[in-house]
Amino acid sequence: MSQHAVVLDAHLQSEAPQALGKTTVSLPLGQAREQRTAWLLSLPAVLLIVLFLIGPIIAIVLLSFTDWQLGMSSYNWIGLANYIQLSEDEAFLAALKNTLFYVALVLPGSVFGGLAIAVLIEARPSGVGLYRTLFFLPVMGTLIAMSIVWEYILQPDFGLLNMMLAELGIEGRNWLNDKDSVMYVLAGIGIWHQLGYNMVLFMSGLLAIPAQLYEAADMDGVPHGWSRFRLITWPMLGPVTLFVVVITAIKAFQVFDTVEVLTRGGPGKNSEVLLHLMYVEGFQFFRTSYAAAITVIFLFIVLLITLLKTRFMEKKVHYS
Amino acid sequence: MKPFSVFDILRHLILASTACVFILPFIWMVLTSLKPESEIFLNQIQLLPDTFAAVENYHAAFTKTPLLQFMVNGLIVTVAIFLSQVAVAVPAAYALSKLQFKGKHVLFLVILACLMIPPQAVSIPWYLLMYKLGWLNSYEGLIAPFSISVFGIFLMRQFFNSVPDDLISAARLDGFSEFAIIWRIMVPTALPALIAFGIFSIVAHWNDYFWPLIIANSQEIYTPSLGVVAFRSDEAGDSYGPLMAAATVIVAPLVIAYLFAQKRFIEGISMSGMK
Repeated sequence: MSQHAVVLDAHLQSEAPQALGKTTVSLPLGQAREQRTAWLLSLPAVLLIVLFLIGPIIAIVLLSFTDWQLGMSSYNWIGLANYIQLSEDEAFLAALKNTLFYVALVLPGSVFGGLAIAVLIEARPSGVGLYRTLFFLPVMGTLIAMSIVWEYILQPDFGLLNMMLAELGIEGRNWLNDKDSVMYVLAGIGIWHQLGYNMVLFMSGLLAIPAQLYEAADMDGVPHGWSRFRLITWPMLGPVTLFVVVITAIKAFQVFDTVEVLTRGGPGKNSEVLLHLMYVEGFQFFRTSYAAAITVIFLFIVLLITLLKTRFMEKKVHYS
Repeated sequence: MKPFSVFDILRHLILASTACVFILPFIWMVLTSLKPESEIFLNQIQLLPDTFAAVENYHAAFTKTPLLQFMVNGLIVTVAIFLSQVAVAVPAAYALSKLQFKGKHVLFLVILACLMIPPQAVSIPWYLLMYKLGWLNSYEGLIAPFSISVFGIFLMRQFFNSVPDDLISAARLDGFSEFAIIWRIMVPTALPALIAFGIFSIVAHWNDYFWPLIIANSQEIYTPSLGVVAFRSDEAGDSYGPLMAAATVIVAPLVIAYLFAQKRFIEGISMSGMK
């Protein structure tokens, strides 16, 4: 799901750097032996990291500067040619634009939605467990299977949505086949899938706010409702919010499953997104080096979000 | 100053109606899986079926495609991935947490950096590697790239840090080998962390679509996600009853497990987020 999430977690863990330096094993193994044991224990992990992570990352960057395609026995270095071609490729530009549009909808939708639901749930004790269970359910449901259910709900003739709209006297449309609605529908499913996850993070953030702050606000005569939210809850949720924003942005950039199953980027290129285009170029047309260039751009954006967050984190938001 | 109960009512009203929308796809999926074709293509909303066709639909789901095989494949792949992740990550996490060695700091930084790599970004080199190893379209191909979880190393290291060093010293005095210390002392103490990681890992790979789609191309090794898509394509979208039955079967294991152990699941899934 979100391995990157953890990176951020790493930055949150202020104790991590200290822990690196300390040793208090009071019965040491003997230095040479300890060295040997430690490396022996880490060896499988190190080998697999090189084989499956570091090696491939280097390979993908190098590939993007070549003209190699799957099955070719030789290749040429072509510098930035793949990237220049990308900048003129309508499919790529559409994918970039659609992905950004998708993020621009899913990010506020699932962050503010998750926050609103979390605040509303935690406002009173009744039904907390039940509501949390229900809102978290879409996170658990296999997205691929649920995409197929959504496709059936969105089906123009006998789908549930259009039938419900018809009851209200509104004419439905062919949601997934209409260039004006397709990205909104995909983003809606994205929000549906992500909101519960954000809600859970916000709920634990809310529980961590010291009750004394609210008591102090009561004594100072801060009215309930919006003022209290603006003066206490929102600032205290700062770090959690930033964290949720970054995770959601990274996940939204990775949108693939729903697009592959529901639209394959269509109609036309109206729902083409970065990862889907990469998949099509790399694994259907086998234009490997071109797909590698798309991957590098995707990777660059994801890393940029993570780094921006780290800088922002260091500078601004801190409780203590 | 107590706020009025109007807020209480409003709160339940908003939450309950929004929650209904959120679980609607699940409800609609299950209800459709119980209906005969004639009622599905009826052009009006009908919640409950007039005649139950559950047996026919679920029977079709299991016989028209090897659904059971997909489920077994899902089980094999997720369990194998989890076990290899544990076997690789736990010793490394122990070394990083409790032993002193040259390069420890660098190794930890490398692990932190690798946490940032999204798996899709390395899928092309993985594919080439699997090709070289002859593991395209095989269980090995589905499992091997995920045998290393830097997240697992990171997480277990954090938990091992809180295990007192005295415990390890005492074990060494008692003649425990380092291997025995890891599996008989560290792992049992960090069991809650391991369970949370297990849930995270199994859910992620049961639901994964991107990598199986690339690596698997014959139905014998299809995972549940690939299976349900194959079902849809084979049936050309005109047998929604069996299709929804298949979707229900594939979604059910995780959802049922989640309903029975919510706390652990929410902890496991959101663990990647917060501490």
